[in-house]
Amino acid sequence: MRLELRGITKRYPGVVANDAVDLTVEPGEVHGLLGENGAGKSTLMNVLYGLTQPDEGSILVDGVERQFADPGDAIAAGIGMVHQHFMLVPVFTVAENITLGMEPTDRFGRYDRRAANATVTELAERFGLPVDPDALVGDLPVGLQQRVEILKALARDARLLILDEPTAVLTPQEADGLFESIRGFQAAGRSVIFISHKLREHHEIADRITVLRRGRTIGTVDASTSEPQQLADMMVGRPVILTVDRAPARPGDVVLELDGVSVEAPDGRLLVDRVDLDVHAGEIVAIAGVEGNGQTPLVEALTGLRPVTAGTVTLAGRDVTGADRRTLLRGGVGHIPEDRNEHGLVGGFTIRDNLVLNLWDDERFAHGRTRRRDVIDEHATRMMDEFDVRAPSTTTTADALSGGNQQKVIVAREFARPIELLVAAQPTRGIDVGSIEYIHGRLVAKRDAGVGVLLVSSELDEVTALADRIAVMFRGHLVGPFPAPLAKEVIGLMMAGVDPAEAMAGEAA
Amino acid sequence: MSAPTDEMTSTPQRSTWSARVVATVTGADARLTALAFVAAFLFGAVLLAVSDADAIAALEAGEGPAAFLGAALSAVGRGYTALLVGAFGSGGAVSETLVAATVLILTGLAVTIPLRAGLFNIGGEGQVVAGGLAGGYVGFAVEGLPLLVHLPLALAAAMAGGALVGWIPGVLKARTGAHEVISTIMLNNTLTFVAIWLLTTSLFQIPGRSDPISRSILDTARLPRPFGGLRVDVGIVLAVIIAGVVLWLLDRSTVGFELGAVGSNPSAATAAGMDVAGATVRGMTFAGIAGGLAGGALILGVQGRITPGFSSGLGFDGITVALLGRGTVGGTVAAGLLLGALKAGGRAMQARSGTSLDLVVVVQALIIVFVAAPGLVRALFRVRSEGASGTQISQGWGA
Amino acid sequence: MNPLERAARRRQLRFALVTLVLAVVPAFLLAPDGAGQRATFVLADARGERVVLEPLQVAVTPTVVTLAVLIALLGALQLARDLGRRAPVAVGAAAGLLVLAVLVWAGAGESVSVVALLRGTLFAAVPIAFGAMAGVLSERAGVINIAIEGQFLGGAFAAAVLASVVGSAWAGLLGGVVAGALIGVLLALLTIRYQADQIVSGVVLIVLATGVTSFLTSQLLSVNPDWNSPVRFQATAVPVLGDIPLLGSIVFRQTMLVYLMLITVVVLQFALFRTRWGLRLRSVGEHPAAADTVGIDVLRTRFRAVVLGGVLAGVGGSWFTLEAASQFAKEMTAGRGFIALAAMLVGRFSPVGALSAALLFGFSDALATALQRLPVPLPSTLLRTAPYVVTLLVVAGLIGRLRVPAADGKPYVKA
Repeated sequence: MRLELRGITKRYPGVVANDAVDLTVEPGEVHGLLGENGAGKSTLMNVLYGLTQPDEGSILVDGVERQFADPGDAIAAGIGMVHQHFMLVPVFTVAENITLGMEPTDRFGRYDRRAANATVTELAERFGLPVDPDALVGDLPVGLQQRVEILKALARDARLLILDEPTAVLTPQEADGLFESIRGFQAAGRSVIFISHKLREHHEIADRITVLRRGRTIGTVDASTSEPQQLADMMVGRPVILTVDRAPARPGDVVLELDGVSVEAPDGRLLVDRVDLDVHAGEIVAIAGVEGNGQTPLVEALTGLRPVTAGTVTLAGRDVTGADRRTLLRGGVGHIPEDRNEHGLVGGFTIRDNLVLNLWDDERFAHGRTRRRDVIDEHATRMMDEFDVRAPSTTTTADALSGGNQQKVIVAREFARPIELLVAAQPTRGIDVGSIEYIHGRLVAKRDAGVGVLLVSSELDEVTALADRIAVMFRGHLVGPFPAPLAKEVIGLMMAGVDPAEAMAGEAA
Repeated sequence: MSAPTDEMTSTPQRSTWSARVVATVTGADARLTALAFVAAFLFGAVLLAVSDADAIAALEAGEGPAAFLGAALSAVGRGYTALLVGAFGSGGAVSETLVAATVLILTGLAVTIPLRAGLFNIGGEGQVVAGGLAGGYVGFAVEGLPLLVHLPLALAAAMAGGALVGWIPGVLKARTGAHEVISTIMLNNTLTFVAIWLLTTSLFQIPGRSDPISRSILDTARLPRPFGGLRVDVGIVLAVIIAGVVLWLLDRSTVGFELGAVGSNPSAATAAGMDVAGATVRGMTFAGIAGGLAGGALILGVQGRITPGFSSGLGFDGITVALLGRGTVGGTVAAGLLLGALKAGGRAMQARSGTSLDLVVVVQALIIVFVAAPGLVRALFRVRSEGASGTQISQGWGA
Repeated sequence: MNPLERAARRRQLRFALVTLVLAVVPAFLLAPDGAGQRATFVLADARGERVVLEPLQVAVTPTVVTLAVLIALLGALQLARDLGRRAPVAVGAAAGLLVLAVLVWAGAGESVSVVALLRGTLFAAVPIAFGAMAGVLSERAGVINIAIEGQFLGGAFAAAVLASVVGSAWAGLLGGVVAGALIGVLLALLTIRYQADQIVSGVVLIVLATGVTSFLTSQLLSVNPDWNSPVRFQATAVPVLGDIPLLGSIVFRQTMLVYLMLITVVVLQFALFRTRWGLRLRSVGEHPAAADTVGIDVLRTRFRAVVLGGVLAGVGGSWFTLEAASQFAKEMTAGRGFIALAAMLVGRFSPVGALSAALLFGFSDALATALQRLPVPLPSTLLRTAPYVVTLLVVAGLIGRLRVPAADGKPYVKA
């Protein structure tokens, strides 16, 4: 399919999400779409997929102008989309998900399970993407769920496949498998739009790359002739520092010690399996790993959001195993949670209230039970200034802020109170490069001020840029930590469960 | 709509309390509220017209649309005039409005408080019953105390009774996840029968009588009436003082901050070290105190004794008041006064023009329909304004 | 012992303790009371069955003691072993045995009709089951329907008026259906089109339905009594099946709406879980965006589900005036719409589950009625709280085991 988007403009109240965007995808081409969060990639794809209508511009499929009023029209035109947040019903089976909307039925309207399963099996064989049609999607690992999403598009005979940040949930090795599949589609004459904010991946898989910034097309370049630095500059609009400046760490006493820590789910599944780890003052220890390998429950357990079911947690020499959240927070633990909207902020509250969210009844901010609103407001003014939070006032609500500014509010809140240990989980997820640079700088500064930092990240670049020691989590086990630097390929192998000795030997060889 | 970013999803933004507070005092929302009233009264007029005996007679006699319309219009005119006069037309009318408003403000607060914590209390009626029973019992059974001791004691008993009935669904929600909408309704129905039963026991009943009516409240436990012949008593002052306390509680205190955080985002509240279960129990208990006080004010005030069904519909009245007040304390007081006028007027209308008081319930419900779905009002009156959807305030079954 | 195990142990002890407490009542309060007396359980109905079962007679004290021992054994079992998620079931079983003990005790020297009790159970379950299915339809599609109580009232009112004016129960049923559907349309408009808060919308519609039906009752029905004297459905026996001993008397000598309810449960269960229609309906309640991206019209699917739910709730409402009572009275539904909601939750959003729960609530209703007829030293007013108390306890007993359709209660807004 040859796809052409001409002058697509989409406005939302107060924002122009797409401003006269042009994009051409040739038959059999893998076209990379690169841009920061908020650059307008998703809006453009929503327009293309019929999820939203453009205010201006036209869509041409094989030279013919088309109107997509809803995804059904886009699907009929041969466009398929694999969404970043999977469009799958977890409680339905694989076959039910793939055939939803085009269900085989008998004369009485009864859903024909056998025919559906046969369709799925046939499809899976044809494209070499095996799945169990009767498995519940919610029980499958994310890699397989993504496969179901792809099959869903292929079942509708997609000739152009949109992949929205497909590697975010995959191990590097799984990503390689995905790239294999993409090359397979390409060989069969299908086109692919590949969306990612990772430069490396574009160079690996794309033929051409279009860069979006603030809703505008900055340019389209050949993947083979472009340089990463050039793309990064195009994406951000100014020279980007790809590395973080930092002096060697000067580790002090142990602030956090985990000894055989296990975490069980309420149903008895072992999520974290006997983890030993220590974090010293003045160092950054990173835990890398593909999401879903136990990092989240581990962080929740050691910050008091979930019970530790075995082992001990020691904070600066005090045994805090089983201590509640409040005790830990007031006892010197700072926490940047991985989901800022879920755990980090109360979206409907103002910035100033969010800045004292976990000190709401501290005597600095309350006389008895009456809140000291003047003090809280002064505090907020100071913090917003110090931490570069860009908002009209201290009474702006948190959900009106960009992701980067929301994250800075959380960072300000955690950094403004006396802490010995900082647990930062995915601290820069989904935010703009400027904010990433800022937060990275702040984390290093906190380390240099003598705080122990435990960084949990699934971004390899972040881990290698910040960590003094690196550990990897795989299926609830912790491997390491090993002193940095560690080659990304070695970390990647360990993230896929390869034994560390083997991973390092393989790299050396 | 949220700002269109790459993270945009299909889940709608949860509209927020603070945003709504701002919206209430700014023009657009106030105008919509006014239009909601207009629309509700228009629909009420239709109902009044089609159910009017003369109008129906005109129709049945085949006197043509003009005769029907004439009869209908005169019925509407009579009804609404009686309503207006009954609410504001005289000192007595204003007194009746204040009497009704006393209970409405308190039951409204019984909804407003837990709403801040994301809890929808439809148990106002049960809380009123419990407050009335407890306060009333102390009011007639405890003898020989001076007013300054007896009245506060009876009011305290009313609060305690209501608190207990509010506490139960709070604990059930916090401990077992039983949704408060179901548990409070079940308590309402249970308490209605418990009240009827109690009123037939020697504990409450007038000796020698068989009807389910309690003994009269002693004078030392009655709320004083400052204006002699008028029925308005100091209950209205009490209600306003309580509203002041609630204002501090919800908007100025650490307790209210916790309730708000829990109601707005329980996960973030937990992560901030707050006690979500405790806030749930506290929110419902405070609600029960307000509801119980409403029952106490009613029994120790205008009623003077406990009769079966004295609480009928008061819980739902409270919901109307709270929603009309958009979850703010000031709004709740204002809405309580407004609906108090509606109610007092409705009673006068029933007495004068024979129109059933239930019309007031219909109008009340319609007002809330329009307040809850501003889009509907806009569509009706073709008003254009910013902000698309209705507000999401309650929590689903799983919460 | 880790913290999760400690919590589990505490829970186990709590459940065991509750069970043991349940054993105390029959053992010490009921057993001494009926010494030397016998209770008679009538197993047939005096309405011309072919086979008439002999009444069952039991000695009160030994039976009650036996039941108490069984309850105590259930408690002991829980002390010894953690039954985990089945613990509430064990408590429920113990409660069932306790109810049996109460029945035996209350029947001392009297005769209790098992047929009447169970037939009453099924009969009382009718509106609850219809209401719960209304909820299932709507909530499986992602819209919380609190308004069932209002749909009951509207249905009961319209059914009464139409059955009176037209002079046919079927016309009444049609009226009930239309009224229920109409409130369904209002709910759908408010929640889907105008995205008002779903629980608030439902409550408001209840108040509205209460107000309108009460107003019209005062203004119209009280003046024209012949508008409120509905022709009602009469009990009709199903040929052959009605002659099965016991079961026939209970299930197949019932009224029209009982049969209609049983058929609806089966049809809806099949339609929801075995057809394309059901798959699509559930998909918009679980993940509307996913349904949308494959071309399913989310809003229309939801709208239809809510209105169809209104139809079912309207049928349930008709029961009040076409079968249960002889005329419409203000607020006659007395919270049953909320019990239906509870039945929907307890029945985990499935029609068959909803029926089971409805039967439980129906039983508490029928039992209270049966006990009121017996010389029991319990005030009859208090017995009438039974369905509400049972609902409260059962909903509390669910303890976080509820899996709600993922998008239930959330308006769908396109990106």
